[in-house]
Amino acid sequence: MSYGKRLAGVAALALGLGVGATAQAVEITIATVNNADMIRMKNLSDQFEKKYADIELDWVVLNENTLRQRVTQDIATGGGQFDVMMIGTYEVPIWAEKGWLNELDFSDSYDVGDLLDPIRKGLSYEGDMYAAPFYGESTMTMYRQDLFDEAGLSMPANPTWGDIYERAQQLHKPDDDQFGVCLRGKPGWGQNAALVSTMVNSFGGRWFDMDWQPQLDTAAWHHAVSFYVDLLGNYGPPGASSNGFNENLSLFSGGKCAMWVDATVAAGMVTDPESSQVADEVAFAQAPHAVTEKGSKWLWSWALGIPSSTQKPEAAQKFVAWATSKEYTRLVAQKEGWRNAPPGTRKSLYQNPKYQKAAPFADKVLDAIQAARPQDSTLKESPYVGVQFVGISEFQGIGTSVGQQLAAALSGSKSVEQVLKSAQRSTKRTMKRSGYYDN
Amino acid sequence: MVNQARWQRVGWGVAAWLVALLMFFPIYWMIMTSFKTEAAAVSTPPSIVPMEPTLQNYETVFEQSDYFRFAWNSVVISLGSTMLGLLVAVPAAWAMAFIPSKRTKPTLLWMLSTKMLPPVGVLVPIYLLFRDWGLLDTLFGLTVVLMLMNLPIIVWMLYTYFREIPKDILESARMEGAGLWQEVVYILLPISLGGIASTVLLNVILAWNESFWSLNLTSSDAAPLTAFIASYTSPEGLFWAKLSAASTLAIAPILILGWFSQKQLVRGMTFGAVK
Repeated sequence: MSYGKRLAGVAALALGLGVGATAQAVEITIATVNNADMIRMKNLSDQFEKKYADIELDWVVLNENTLRQRVTQDIATGGGQFDVMMIGTYEVPIWAEKGWLNELDFSDSYDVGDLLDPIRKGLSYEGDMYAAPFYGESTMTMYRQDLFDEAGLSMPANPTWGDIYERAQQLHKPDDDQFGVCLRGKPGWGQNAALVSTMVNSFGGRWFDMDWQPQLDTAAWHHAVSFYVDLLGNYGPPGASSNGFNENLSLFSGGKCAMWVDATVAAGMVTDPESSQVADEVAFAQAPHAVTEKGSKWLWSWALGIPSSTQKPEAAQKFVAWATSKEYTRLVAQKEGWRNAPPGTRKSLYQNPKYQKAAPFADKVLDAIQAARPQDSTLKESPYVGVQFVGISEFQGIGTSVGQQLAAALSGSKSVEQVLKSAQRSTKRTMKRSGYYDN
Repeated sequence: MVNQARWQRVGWGVAAWLVALLMFFPIYWMIMTSFKTEAAAVSTPPSIVPMEPTLQNYETVFEQSDYFRFAWNSVVISLGSTMLGLLVAVPAAWAMAFIPSKRTKPTLLWMLSTKMLPPVGVLVPIYLLFRDWGLLDTLFGLTVVLMLMNLPIIVWMLYTYFREIPKDILESARMEGAGLWQEVVYILLPISLGGIASTVLLNVILAWNESFWSLNLTSSDAAPLTAFIASYTSPEGLFWAKLSAASTLAIAPILILGWFSQKQLVRGMTFGAVK
């Protein structure tokens, strides 16, 4: 055989092996939202590909609403475009019930017992886990210690909404571009409706009674919404009805808000000197409550789930286990410091002295998450699971519609009385159409 | 009298500049924000120019995403859908312009009316067809959909240009023995080249900027620049500067193309508007 022919033979063999190796590698597509923790995971994912050389990762990063719509559409039609998807506490039980998600099965080394109980329960359906938490959050009060000191004020560790109101009155100085309090006002079930839900819970109200009749025209809703409109309308920033998480984050980080009640995940952001002008001045307290503490702190988790339409469940399960493991937390700490470890999912993180030192807000976050009870979040009994949402598929529409009404009340275009009457009517209509009752 | 006319001209000039500045301001703001830090991007009062300009956002965007893959997909989809559209639209517009029947006008109106239907109305059927035909997340699938979406506009524009061409010219060619193919290729297309160029430009711009179908029918392999921008919006976290950098990169090619071809574009869009 000539040299040339032998060379050609070797090349063909090498090519064949190469093709064989490529054919063996499984590519999984991961759909995720864009935020700092997820981007960090994407950047560190080459470690996973090193560990599992037979799995390649393909990322689809979308904004939250598009992701939800794409993923719902894909699962409902069995499109099979995604193998792993980032979903929230709201979707998991609903989708699991419909059979859209694969049940997760972890080895002992994953240590399911280390997951924070409320988070684990929130991602379970009939006792089985259908998504693994990537990070978790509750709500807390963030405030400017320097402004409090200047005004001779203090913040109770577990404030009431009345405490917040009094302090907002005293610290509201719009002429100096300083506003008493920042709260979510942007319409949406995950925006203003989420915050107002926790307020309604703590004012003794609920979305539905045990017969699924809406309760939006009750005294508790009136008190809570009137209080919210009064507080944010008089002592909040102008145009508060357009402010969601990000807008308030930029206001607070820019030194414009004396207090901000929002997701605990913000704690790491407002204390980051690279993006916050008030990083050294921020202090923390529990989320406010009113007549009851029940349901005053929400519970949310961004979690990784595997759609039942995936063709590669084993590879997907391996990735989910890796990205939500203790090993991954250690990897983040090693590469980017303990402060950036994904919060709100594992007990071991909060027991770690290095994390406690790096994240001074850690104990408040843990307390808030541990205190959240999605199964028992209202003073009077209610038929649903969820603190800042109602765990039924109709809630996205209901929450957003009520959120629009709340924004109208906040902007002053409608009275609280009007919006609650209208919200009650539209919610009842939706529930009736969905077959909860006939009249 | 002369003075009055001059002042009028100056007034119109100033008004035109003001409108132009107003329209360009968001683009200017986006470009400036892309050179700011995240903290500076959200600071109030905002600064018109970055105080400490940084390229960090561009570095991050290039690090996190494969910009050139998205850009390549955009090029393929926008050019592909335009060329495919022309192949269908030139014969259609020729037939409607030169051998109209009593159904031509209703057909044209019907074609235009399909643009009035919200795309989401046909999302599920198209998604299911794409799933069954294996076209989800493929360049071919998205190219065909965008071609179909923009086809009414291409047909309408070409029809308008073709109608301006005197039929006598085509008849003379026919009398000289030209066949249909020769008539179209050697007479019709060269005469209406300006109109075709502006149709192509407009369609490329529409396809480049299209986001609804791009976001819904692609995930990674065929995702164009609109999906690339969407990946920089965030529910929790400040990404304004990075989002601005991504948006600047996404619009840069089409902005440059539009800049250099604005004469043809304006001429084409106003062609036949004034008689």
